[in-house]
Amino acid sequence: MSSSKQPASTSFKAPDSSRLQLDEQGRLRHFLTTDGLSKDILTEIMDVAESFSSVGQQAVKKVPVLRGKTIVNLFFENSTRTRTTFDLAAKRLSADVINLNIATSATSKGESILDTIRNLEAMQADMFVVRHSASGAAHFIANNVEPHVSVINAGDGSHAHPTQAMLDMFTIRREKKVFSPLKVAIIGDILHSRVARSQIHALNTLGVKEVRVIAPKTLLPSDTDSLGVHVYSDLATGLDDVDVIIMLRLQRERMGSALLPSEHEYFECFGLTEEKLAYAKPDVMVMHPGPINRGVEMDAAVADGPHSVILQQVTNGIAIRMAVMTLALGQAKGAEQ
Amino acid sequence: MNILIKNGRVIDPANECDDVLDVYISNGKIQSLGEQPVGFVAQQTIDAKNQLVMPGFIDLNASLREPGYEHKAVIASETKAAVSAGYTSVCCLPDTQPVLDSASVVQLILDRAESTDYAKVLPLGALTVALEGHTLSEMYALKKAGCVALSQAPNNNINAQVLRRALQYASTHDLLVILKPEDVLIKDTGCVHDGSVSSRLGLSGIPVAAETIAIAQIIELAEETAARVHLTGISSARAVSLLARAQLNNVTITADVHAHQLHLTELDVGTFDANYHTSPPLRSADDKDALIAGVAKGVFVVSSGHQPHDVEAKQAPFPSTEPGISSLETVLPLMLELVGDGLLSLSQMVNCLAYAPAQLLGLETGRLSAQAPADICIVDPNNTWQVNAENWLSRGMNTPYLGHQMKGKVTHTLVNGRIIVEK
Repeated sequence: MSSSKQPASTSFKAPDSSRLQLDEQGRLRHFLTTDGLSKDILTEIMDVAESFSSVGQQAVKKVPVLRGKTIVNLFFENSTRTRTTFDLAAKRLSADVINLNIATSATSKGESILDTIRNLEAMQADMFVVRHSASGAAHFIANNVEPHVSVINAGDGSHAHPTQAMLDMFTIRREKKVFSPLKVAIIGDILHSRVARSQIHALNTLGVKEVRVIAPKTLLPSDTDSLGVHVYSDLATGLDDVDVIIMLRLQRERMGSALLPSEHEYFECFGLTEEKLAYAKPDVMVMHPGPINRGVEMDAAVADGPHSVILQQVTNGIAIRMAVMTLALGQAKGAEQ
Repeated sequence: MNILIKNGRVIDPANECDDVLDVYISNGKIQSLGEQPVGFVAQQTIDAKNQLVMPGFIDLNASLREPGYEHKAVIASETKAAVSAGYTSVCCLPDTQPVLDSASVVQLILDRAESTDYAKVLPLGALTVALEGHTLSEMYALKKAGCVALSQAPNNNINAQVLRRALQYASTHDLLVILKPEDVLIKDTGCVHDGSVSSRLGLSGIPVAAETIAIAQIIELAEETAARVHLTGISSARAVSLLARAQLNNVTITADVHAHQLHLTELDVGTFDANYHTSPPLRSADDKDALIAGVAKGVFVVSSGHQPHDVEAKQAPFPSTEPGISSLETVLPLMLELVGDGLLSLSQMVNCLAYAPAQLLGLETGRLSAQAPADICIVDPNNTWQVNAENWLSRGMNTPYLGHQMKGKVTHTLVNGRIIVEK
C-alpha cells in the first residue's frame, strides 16, 4: 500500500498541534497547548503581557485594544478563579464578554457542544475561552469553528492549561530574568495535571537546564521521561539545587480511587515545609496554581513566606490572558502603541 | 448452474494448494479443482488470469448494528460491504438492541440476511442475558435457532464466577465461547494505550495488564472447564506470549487480532484524531510487530473488528467519542500489504482469514475441497484503489484510511456457487 499520508510511524513525533494553533503567517490563531509552539511565540506572549502589566495599576484599568470584539467564556466545567481572570482580562481590553456556565451533564454528547458553538457563532462571537473536563475538547472545538473565530483553552481534562503555564513562565521570567540556568521541580499529581503538562512543554521550549517531577508512582503517567523530565520519588534528592518549585493541587478524590492512602501521609512525603525548602537553592521561588490546600501540599509558613510568589502569579495571570487574547485576535500592534 | 473459474492462482491452505488451476462449480458446490468433471459444461466462465482464487473469508467479529442501531448501519449495508471485500460469512456480535439473547432476535437477523442476500450472517448469541454478565442466556435455544457460538463481546463485564459457570454450561452444549479479553476495572475510563501518547495528551490510558489479566483468568477457566474458548481482538505482545504458552500446554484456546492492529500504533492517534479511537486501543510499535509475528507463526487468526458508526459518534472530544473502525473493506488490502512486505505468505493469509475461522466454527466452508459449498473470492492483487466516500459501501464512514491508496481488490465473490459480486 502506498499512500499520501501513511499512518503508523516508527519514531515518536510530537502531536502536531502547531498547524492548528498558527495561521498561515505563523501567528497565533488558537491557543490550545504549549506543546509544539516555538520559543519565539512563547516569548512574544510574555513580551505583550509585560506591556499590559501596568494597565492594572492605572486609575482607569482599561485599554481599547479589543473594543467591538465579543468574547465568550464557555465553561463546561466549574471554575471561579480562572473564569474571573479571563473575564477581567477581556474587560480590561474593552471587549464585550459573555459568561456561559454549561453543566457538563447536559452536553456530554458531542453534538450538543457543536450545537452550542454554532449558536454562539451565529451571534458573531470572535473568541471562545473554553474549559471542559475532557482532554482534547479545545482541539475539538478549534477544529470545528469558523475561520475568523479563535479558541483559547482554559483547561481541557488532564491535557493542557496553557495560559496557566504561561503566567507561570512570566512569573519566573520576571523573578529570574533568564531561563537557561534554571532547574525547576514540579511536585504532586502529574498524572491528572493539565497545568503540569503545559508547564513541562513551555519550560523545555524556553530552554531551562532541567525539569524534574517529584511524585509517588501512582500520580505519574507512564513513560513520564518521554515528556522531557527527570523523575524523583523523594523531596530530599529531587529538590537538591533547584531554583523554582512548582506545587500542584491535590484533589481529594485521589484518596477515594486508591491512588494515595491519606492526605496526612502525602504531606509527610511530598508536602513542602520550611525544612524541606532548605534542600533547594537559597533564592528558590515557590509557586502554586491555587487554590492551595494548606497542610496538604504545603505549610502555611511556606505559602505565605518570603519564597512564595503565589499572589504575583494571580496578578500576572490577568496580563498573560490579555496578551493571549490580543495576539489570537491579531490586535498586538494596537497593544504596543 | 455450472461455473468455471479458469487460469486463476488457487490458494487453498486446507488442501496445501498454491497452483494455477481451474475450478469447476455446479449446484452451489465445488465439483473439482484442475480436472474437468465428466460431462461438465460451463454456463458461465470467469477468466481469473493473474488473479487469486481463494475460499471466501469468514469474519469472527463484526457489529452489524441491526436491530436497534440502524442509524449506524444495517445488515444490508454491512453484508454488502463484506461480500464486496471478499467475505462470504460474517459473525455478528450480540450487541444489538434488543440484545441477541433470544431465538426471536436470531431469527430476525437470519431472515434479514437471507432477504438481502449478500454475505452469510452467522449470529453470535449473547453469553449472558442482555449482555449484563449476571444470568446465563438460553444457550441451547440460541444454538437451535442458529447461533454458531456465544459471546460476551464487545464488553467483558462478567465476573470470574459467572464466567466459570457460563463456560461450564456452554461446554455442556459443545458451544464455542468468544470473549474479548479486557479487565473492565483496570480499563476504567481508559480510551488509549497507556504509554507516551496517553501521557502527552493527558488521556486515561488502558494498561496492557487490562488485557493480560483477563487472558490469564480466561486461560485458567478454559483449562479447568475444558470449554472451547476463543479470544477476540488481542492487542499486545504480552498477550501473544501468554497465548503461545497456553497452546504449548494444550489448552484449547484460540484468538484473533483485528487487521488494523497489525498496521496502526498509538502514535497514529496524533492530536486527538477520533478515527484512531479503537477498542482494544492501538498499542506500541513493539506490540504491533509481535502481533504480526504471532499471525505468521499461526498463534492466532485475523478478524475485522468491524464497528461502523454514524458521524455524530466521532464528533466529540476524544474520550467521549465511540471507539471503533469501520474495517471490513480494508482487511484484505491490509493483509496483502503484509504479504507484499514478506511478513506473511498468501497461504498463511488465507488460512487466517478463511480456513482457520471455518475450523473454529465447524463450517464446511473456508476451503476449496470437492463438495464444499462454493464460497469463493477472486482478487486482483495489483489493482490499486483509493478509499473514498463514493466507493465505500459500509454505512459507517469511520475509517482512518479515507483518502488512502489501497492495493488489492475483489473482482468476484461467489456465495453458495452464485456470483454475488462481479466487477
